Amino acid sequence: MNLDATFSALADPTRRAILARLAKGEASVMELAKPFEMTQPAISQHLKVLEDAGLVTRRVDGTKRPRRLAKAGIEAMDQWLTMLRKALEKSYDRLDEVLASMDQPTIKTIAKIKRGENR
Amino acid sequence: MSKLTLKTEGDNHVIVTRRFAAPPEALYRAHTDPKLVQQWLLGPEGWTMPVCINEAKPGGKIRYEWTNGKGGAFHLTGEYQELEPYSRIVHVERMHLPDPTPDNHVETRFDQDGTGTLMTMRMTLPDAQTRAAMLATGMERGMEASYARLEGMI
Repeated sequence: MNLDATFSALADPTRRAILARLAKGEASVMELAKPFEMTQPAISQHLKVLEDAGLVTRRVDGTKRPRRLAKAGIEAMDQWLTMLRKALEKSYDRLDEVLASMDQPTIKTIAKIKRGENR
Repeated sequence: MSKLTLKTEGDNHVIVTRRFAAPPEALYRAHTDPKLVQQWLLGPEGWTMPVCINEAKPGGKIRYEWTNGKGGAFHLTGEYQELEPYSRIVHVERMHLPDPTPDNHVETRFDQDGTGTLMTMRMTLPDAQTRAAMLATGMERGMEASYARLEGMI
């Protein structure tokens, strides 16, 4: 799985819309072309990018080639974002500790005034 | 329970939110005092930030250098644009890998949330292509360790 290709494929609004449509279920190229003011070849080109990126797969059904989401590709992308989230979470967990150990004179003073301890 | 959210918005934004028990003033200081930044902005286990320049004033410079002590290193440079103590920071940053990535405009907000703080970081990239590249590769360095750990978990 090439994540560069995956995210590049996602950088185009038409391709994201195609994925959103496919998230609802399998569709033919003609069905996918309908909501866009685009020719079928133009849509096919977008589909090729999505297929090369491992996000969309095709099925043979007689003369038709309906497209659907490629589960593995979507999951790989999801895992990457999870990993990114975990790296960030790691930094922020550390920040929690830093914040807890910080001297906060202003805040303590305000709390004291509120409790009437400074009079 | 994960307190952090990371999501894309529109064509070229990335939004990160996180709740903290500490008040906004403490969050603001932890983001603008280099001695504090150095302690937490480290990503995965094993990385340190030997160089941390953080001039918290409009036009002030930012430079963070990370290393994993095993030959892995990269750095980030940036400039502050706006600072509103203790609620909002606007800065521009780029990673050097070693070629600089396109500028990432970051607005960080610290909003009082009960006795704690809701931090909202809104990143704006030049275009969808750049955001895609950032999500795919920009943060790749220094993440091998998390990747290995994550693979163990899945």
